[in-house]
Amino acid sequence: MWARAGPGWWPGRTLAAWATRSAGLGPPGAFPAAALGPTAEPRAPDRPFSSADRQEKIDMSRFPVENTRNFSIIAHVDHGKSTLADRFLELTGAIDKTKNNKQVLDKLQVERERGITVKAQTASLFYNCEGKQYLLNLIDTPGHVDFSYEVSRSLSACQGVLLVVDANEGIQAQTVANFFLAFEAQLSVIPVINKIDLKNADPERVEKQIEKVFDIPSDECIKISAKLGTNVESVLQAVIKRIPPPKAHRKNSLRALVFDSTYDQYRGVIANVALFDGVVSKGDKIVSAHTQKTYEVNEVGVLNPNEQPAYKLYAGQVGYLIAGMKDVTEAQIGDTLYLHKQPVEPLPGFKSAKPMVFAGVYPIDQSEYNNLKNAIEKLTLNDSSVTVHRDSSLALGAGWRLGFLGLLHMEVFNQRLEQEYNASVILTTPTVPYKAVLSSAKLIKEYREKEITIINPAQFPDKSKVTEYLEPIVLGTIITPDEYTGKIIMLCQGRRAVQKNMMYIDQTRVMLKYLFPLNEIVVDFYDSLKSLSSGYASFDYEDAGYQTAELVKMDILLNGNIVEELVTVVHKDKAYSVGKTICERLKDSLPRQLFEIAIQAAIGSKIIARETVKAYRKNVLAKCYGGDITRKMKLLKRQAEGKKKLRKIGNIEVPKDAFIKVLKTQSDK
Amino acid sequence: MALPGARARGWVRAANVAQRRRLSEDAGGTPSPAPGSQRAALYVHWPYCEKRCSYCNFNKYIPRGVDEAAMRRCLVTEAQTLLRLSGVRRVESVFFGGGTPSLASPRTVAAVLEAVAQATHLPADSEVTLEANPTSAPGSRLAAFRAAGVNRLSIGLQSLDDAELQLLGRTHSAGDALRTLAEARRLFPGRVSVDLLLGLPAQQVGPWLRQLQELLRRCDDHISLYQLTLERGTALFAQVQQGALPAPDPELAAEMYQQGRAVLREAGFRQYEVSNFARNGALSTHNWTYWQCGQYLGVGPGAHGRFIPQGAGGHTREARIQTLEPDNWMKEVMLFGHGTRRRIRLGELELLEEVLAMGLRTDVGLTHQHWQQFEHQLTLWDVFGASEEVKVLLEQCLLLLDHRGLRCSWEGLAVLDSLLPTLLSRLQEAWQQRPSSPVPGG
Repeated sequence: MWARAGPGWWPGRTLAAWATRSAGLGPPGAFPAAALGPTAEPRAPDRPFSSADRQEKIDMSRFPVENTRNFSIIAHVDHGKSTLADRFLELTGAIDKTKNNKQVLDKLQVERERGITVKAQTASLFYNCEGKQYLLNLIDTPGHVDFSYEVSRSLSACQGVLLVVDANEGIQAQTVANFFLAFEAQLSVIPVINKIDLKNADPERVEKQIEKVFDIPSDECIKISAKLGTNVESVLQAVIKRIPPPKAHRKNSLRALVFDSTYDQYRGVIANVALFDGVVSKGDKIVSAHTQKTYEVNEVGVLNPNEQPAYKLYAGQVGYLIAGMKDVTEAQIGDTLYLHKQPVEPLPGFKSAKPMVFAGVYPIDQSEYNNLKNAIEKLTLNDSSVTVHRDSSLALGAGWRLGFLGLLHMEVFNQRLEQEYNASVILTTPTVPYKAVLSSAKLIKEYREKEITIINPAQFPDKSKVTEYLEPIVLGTIITPDEYTGKIIMLCQGRRAVQKNMMYIDQTRVMLKYLFPLNEIVVDFYDSLKSLSSGYASFDYEDAGYQTAELVKMDILLNGNIVEELVTVVHKDKAYSVGKTICERLKDSLPRQLFEIAIQAAIGSKIIARETVKAYRKNVLAKCYGGDITRKMKLLKRQAEGKKKLRKIGNIEVPKDAFIKVLKTQSDK
Repeated sequence: MALPGARARGWVRAANVAQRRRLSEDAGGTPSPAPGSQRAALYVHWPYCEKRCSYCNFNKYIPRGVDEAAMRRCLVTEAQTLLRLSGVRRVESVFFGGGTPSLASPRTVAAVLEAVAQATHLPADSEVTLEANPTSAPGSRLAAFRAAGVNRLSIGLQSLDDAELQLLGRTHSAGDALRTLAEARRLFPGRVSVDLLLGLPAQQVGPWLRQLQELLRRCDDHISLYQLTLERGTALFAQVQQGALPAPDPELAAEMYQQGRAVLREAGFRQYEVSNFARNGALSTHNWTYWQCGQYLGVGPGAHGRFIPQGAGGHTREARIQTLEPDNWMKEVMLFGHGTRRRIRLGELELLEEVLAMGLRTDVGLTHQHWQQFEHQLTLWDVFGASEEVKVLLEQCLLLLDHRGLRCSWEGLAVLDSLLPTLLSRLQEAWQQRPSSPVPGG
């Protein structure tokens, strides 16, 4: 049995961790994989040379389409997804049952701490059922909405999902979001009620919830304890019985969907592919439908869960492919690969990841710029969903404006920068991409389009040149015990949210649907929700397009001088509260000076908030004799040194710290 | 030629006679017969206290039993060693600080003074100050200290409010303090100083000003007003952190300070330094030496000194710190003759920075002559005359630069620590840009 690292811990990276640990254990008919050392980058471990050179290959022709199942597990955080995956791997012999899974803890610190999976993982399981050898491809998905685009592309390689729900906690917001992703993809959904061994487990209630919310008959639910292994085998049997085999044909020309890709510094891009048609093997010449570039295949194989080279991959199978691509952008996710001179109709692919949250990232010290640059480049190699624009700020120096899929994605990125690359960064308060529909012919000509996206407040066009402004909105799902409903409704109203739906999913739990301006939830909504519901409410959201919004540009002034780095785009209704908060934060972080400082928030010429920093009346050390001059001089000299780094706005000296305190994300609210 | 011992005892007698002599009005202005490197002030640290005060983070110890004879021998030994190292010919003031030096026996004070007089010239009218706590210094003891050679007393009165004294963890009452003050004035007329704290938690301006008025009716010619600083590691700091006491309000403290200095000016006191006020010329020469960056030797556990070790062939001023902890310090003194723990050579620029930061604390500020003693090449005009940033401070009337020198205005003195970073960075700049001098530092 494996130890849990604490509540919220969800070993989303388990498969990758196994890859580094399960050396010597293979599926029936397979040979040991190369021994791989534990590494901080699970998907790109150091490999001195190709494992293919040293391994016997698997013959994948043994698994015809009808004996193949491609499925995924989706679940809310901590409902037991990874434990279940673990049992599957044990049952199918991919990992040793008796082995202590200590290496699991070696995976990404950020995923362990936050209980999330950031990247999809894949494992091919070989399972014998009623005398037939089956190939079950488990395609693990990230568990958070921010990564729903990654979820949806993983699901596109599947025909069914296991929807895992905690028998104690019941349906949570993420369960709903994930269900609908699977539902929209027209996949078979097998509900699995986990943790029935828990004292407070109430699987019957959860069955009813599932029936009510998802319209799945309660007798279709499989009740298990992944922890104890209870009924896990019947889940695998259900996968075979209830999930259809992929519709694929070996005889057709190759048509492979790239649904994920990672980068390995020795072997280049490793593309995860699902074969919809045809066969692929080493030496084949393949073409990317997207770039039209041709590559020669060096290696194909399955993930078991470590890379296991195979002679060939066949239609319906899921595996990896290495073909000399040097950059992840060459293996565009959603791209279709086909054989040279045998073009096929490309698969529909995916919407490209669209950044929803932008934030400035700056080195704490400009001398760290190059280190940070390298770190960001390395991280974005494996996460192409982050957009990177160079940016610079008068106060913070040179940096970048990065676009993220969501808040969590942003935090994860930042945490990985800090933990994996030891880079200390200043992360500015996130903003969302506003849009403006231009009316000024001159501006339209300048931008070459009528509707522009405003990423940086400095680019905000004046109202006189604009027909309307637009802001991104999301459809949020909140599931909560009903005693918190009142408070949550108040919270949502305060965030300019519009209620779309409210239903009881059982006697005591309510599901609320709200349309939120994205801007209203990017900073501290989740924390507020959690704290007013004692942690019980869950929240998830999905993109819902744009809506008209009365946006204004707000200036912050110090004794009448505009502080350029604090210009903010804000909804008219929120201008006062946002302005006031910025003024207050500035007041707390501006050192007192020899004169009074007026801090003002203004829209145009109208002042909407004001704070005052009073002039120093006394600032001199009381006791200064022979004793402690050294200490006093050190302090004074540090201040003298610091003066060189101050930014002057008018005659006011503003330390960098003050900007950081105002601009930085404040999570401890 | 008198024997050394006789000479020393002779000093105490002579000093007693000279005790009533006053310092010249313009303290620090009269040139001394000996050159600066041959003169020094001497600080002696007595590290023990009866009880820990709630606001104090000084180097002090609450002993279970002090071997005073050993302590005395060590203080004497270290004074002798450091005097020899420094090559100082003349000691112009001695200050017994602490801790609570009035807990030491008068014999110890006499022994140190006699050792100094033996080793060097200690003029009969040298200022010899003792810090005294009201309770540990009844009249008879004060008289004994006077007989030992002490001619100036600094009383840690702190407050005239019993509740405040209790909050500060003091062992005396307001009554005790006033009695000690009266007794001290009788014994050391014109040479008694009192400390008054301001800016205590919950302290209000009105009641504090009434304390000051009361003190003015009772005090001698010297008062120090100290704003309380909450120091990490003190009981008071912890109480404020925990919310048991309100944090002192800096606005109120500023108000007390401003009103207090105005009241003292009315009463004929000269604010000769940020926290120090004197009338009838009763300035502390010892402390004046600190602000003028004169040499001083520090004797005793944790004492600081700044001098050129000429006796050991040195040419550069050093900052010296003695070992903090009394027992270790004593061991070192017994082994090596001194307990110097750290010696840091002060660079030319560093010394100038100190001259600037310390000098501006006084009402006289930096006179051109004073500056010239430390820097021959760059004048005050060269350094500060052309700076835009300094000009702003001059225009705001916080600072004055004229034929006399550079000094703070009445308003500027209260915010000196906001002026110094500008002045220091200007000095550093001027120092870097100065025409390179091939002359090694002198």
